[in-house]
Amino acid sequence: MIRRLKSLGSQFGSVLATLFGLSVVTFMIGRVMPVDPVIAAVGDNASQEVVAKARAAMGLDEPLIVQYWHYLTQVLHGDFGQSVLTHNEVASDIAHYFPATMELATYALIIATVIGVPLGIWAAVRQDSLTDQIIRVICLAGHSVPVFVLALLALIIFYAGLGIAPGPGRQGIIYQDMITPVTGFLTIDCLYAGDWDAFRDAVAHLVLPVSILSYFSLAYITRMTRAFMLDALRGEFIVAARAKGLSARKVVLNHAFPTIAVQLLTVLALTYAGLLEGAVVTETVFAWPGLGLYLTKALMNGDMNPVVGCTLLIGLIYVALNLLADILYRVFDPRVS
Amino acid sequence: MISRRNFLAASAVFPTLSYLSWTSAFAATPKNVLVVAMQLDNMTSLDPHEGFESVGAEICGNMYHKLVAPNLEDPDKVDPQIAESWTASEDGKTFTFKIRKGLKFSSGAPVTAEDCAFSLQRAVKLNKSPAFIITQFGFNADNAETAITAPDADTVVLKTENPTALGLLLYCLSANVGAIIEKKAALDHAEGDDLGNAWLRQNSAGSGEFMLKIWRASDSVVLLKNPNGDYKGNIERIIMRHIVDPSSQLLMLKQGDVDIARNLLTEQLKGLEGDDSIKLMQKSTASIMLMSLNQAVEKLQNPKVWEAFKWAVGYHAMQKNIVPMTYVVHQAIVPEGLPGAYNENPFEQDLEKAKALLAEAGYPDGFEIEIDHYSAPPYPDIAQAIQADLGKIGIKVTLLAAENRQVLTKMRARKHQVALSSWGTDYFDPNSNVDVFCINHDNSDDATTRPFCWRSHFQDDKIAKMAEDARDEPDPETRIKKYVELQKYYMNNSPFVVMMQSSVVAAMRPNVEGVRLGTLPDSHSYAGTSKA
Repeated sequence: MIRRLKSLGSQFGSVLATLFGLSVVTFMIGRVMPVDPVIAAVGDNASQEVVAKARAAMGLDEPLIVQYWHYLTQVLHGDFGQSVLTHNEVASDIAHYFPATMELATYALIIATVIGVPLGIWAAVRQDSLTDQIIRVICLAGHSVPVFVLALLALIIFYAGLGIAPGPGRQGIIYQDMITPVTGFLTIDCLYAGDWDAFRDAVAHLVLPVSILSYFSLAYITRMTRAFMLDALRGEFIVAARAKGLSARKVVLNHAFPTIAVQLLTVLALTYAGLLEGAVVTETVFAWPGLGLYLTKALMNGDMNPVVGCTLLIGLIYVALNLLADILYRVFDPRVS
Repeated sequence: MISRRNFLAASAVFPTLSYLSWTSAFAATPKNVLVVAMQLDNMTSLDPHEGFESVGAEICGNMYHKLVAPNLEDPDKVDPQIAESWTASEDGKTFTFKIRKGLKFSSGAPVTAEDCAFSLQRAVKLNKSPAFIITQFGFNADNAETAITAPDADTVVLKTENPTALGLLLYCLSANVGAIIEKKAALDHAEGDDLGNAWLRQNSAGSGEFMLKIWRASDSVVLLKNPNGDYKGNIERIIMRHIVDPSSQLLMLKQGDVDIARNLLTEQLKGLEGDDSIKLMQKSTASIMLMSLNQAVEKLQNPKVWEAFKWAVGYHAMQKNIVPMTYVVHQAIVPEGLPGAYNENPFEQDLEKAKALLAEAGYPDGFEIEIDHYSAPPYPDIAQAIQADLGKIGIKVTLLAAENRQVLTKMRARKHQVALSSWGTDYFDPNSNVDVFCINHDNSDDATTRPFCWRSHFQDDKIAKMAEDARDEPDPETRIKKYVELQKYYMNNSPFVVMMQSSVVAAMRPNVEGVRLGTLPDSHSYAGTSKA
């Protein structure tokens, strides 16, 4: 019991250390970046008097270490500061943008997993066959075609050409402001409000960006699944299972798959974390008000409170997903105690 | 082993999901809603006395009226807006405005002289970025209430510190910082002594044609018709959507999901030529693209070198090949469309002359130089063209591309050699640009005023004198003439190579009527817009 508490404590400590390190690095990078955040706040044409006033108000005239100390005490009080660009509290901005990204990422991961894992298994089982080659080509395209090409192509074909998909954006114009955000997941909020038309509209707007994102994640998941599976199929226990006369399906699904499931969890967790960082290009093309765009824009303007806030959030996501994978390892893999 | 059937069933998820989209109706936008696709990120506040970026200026321009407004057809005229008439005292220090009766704020309250005086006082007291436009007349937080007064319900009196040209004052009052807001609304929502600043960033209290419903940063802005305003058309709601990617904007416009696309680039616009389903409207705006030659760099100090740069650049070829629809050639510091602009373009590419000038300056073999430039289009292409042109006269250019703010930061630190950047005019008067390009009384690193020319260490007392003389000239016609003379002289005697002036383009569905684009962003107006 005490050992478990100790390990929990040391894990918690390492999480804190990670976040602290992240905040220091991001903050310092932000302050030595050759972009003056005051320009973002008051514009390039403002008079020197206004610039000086804004610089003092933002605390930028103090030494770096003092600035960081102020920031740290602020954060410890749960205050991530204000964004220069939006004038909103960073926390409330993140609460606005993150669910949009999370919705996209979650659906993309689900689809990528549902398709990618079986595809990877199939490719492994049929190693070097035509099926394997085709799957490899599909995945290769997912690795090598730039996102914006595919995203724009999808829009041109399905939206402009065939007219079967809605255009960029998260919602149709007529549904704008009709749904009160509860969870921030538009699809769930629509269901909660009982508005089926708005729900269908929200899902329709998700189809293209989710497909694009899931395709890119799928490429990675499939490749990893195939590699794990090939490895597993070489195991002696597979030979034994086959020798026992089990059907090919039983050998793969009941004997080989459980051994790779644990490794796959890590892959999925990392993919999910990657998706949650916000897919800037996809968000740009699809006019998706997500975290990626928010973060990039803040970074370009030297608006550091949002940048550090978002970095901490992303750091937290990675740490949390890693922890989750650790826990699941323990549950699923009897070798880890 | 997964059977083929199972795999097919699993992969059927995709078409099933997209089936949902087939059943949604994607109709054209409703007739009473105007949907605009534009890049909405260039704004930090919708308080007209604070915001100072182009997109915010446009939105404020549609929500607030000022005492006077620039005449969009004739830049030399000013139109009455909230004021119906005005007079100047003989000494040029007292200005009296009569307020038009019957105007109402969006709340329904009448627009009074009290509101007008309060608004101008507020702009001075807040002292945010655009405040200098009116504080240059000597107003400050201490004297605001005595220098700006409303002696009765329809009169506003302004008392300036020094004799002031009426034209300059009127043009300055036509900027957004001269917007008239409802005093009661601002004070009701004040927090501490902010005069309602925090509230007005995301709300409106004006007498313009539209009022603010909601602004979601980097997402959308929704304006509603001001029920108590002058708007006569059939638009009830304007939805501006933040669509970053110009290609996406074009697709949405073609599909009819938006009525207007505002940020199409030359590559998209070229494809629209001869397309009857889309109307294009183009207007030169008050933003110039120029090279600044930093005078702290020794080889850039000789006026012959300045001239060599000016004769080396292929202005027209660049404009025609790189930015045919979004820029026009313009070489004077006051952009076309502003009063007093000088619209002749005397420089063209003459490599022999440029080479000879370089040799005269003592650089027969040229030299090496760095040019900082924005990384956003069309700057990289323009920079490469300049690099090629200057290469022909022996100047070896290294290009340093960076994010817009990064280039500005470097310029403000006076660390550039040559910078290719842009400059946008702040208010509708030649003094707006002339002031920052000409008047630099303190060229030290810790100067208290740091005009644009200070960034490149450029100081010329003769030019400064000419600029001040033109600014203070009371006779409007002579004033314009002086500005034209100044610009001609400046072209040949300054280290700034003004090359082009940008245009704003609105691509519209054919059923949209009455959109107006102005020389400054605050006069892009939806006041006369309707949809058939």
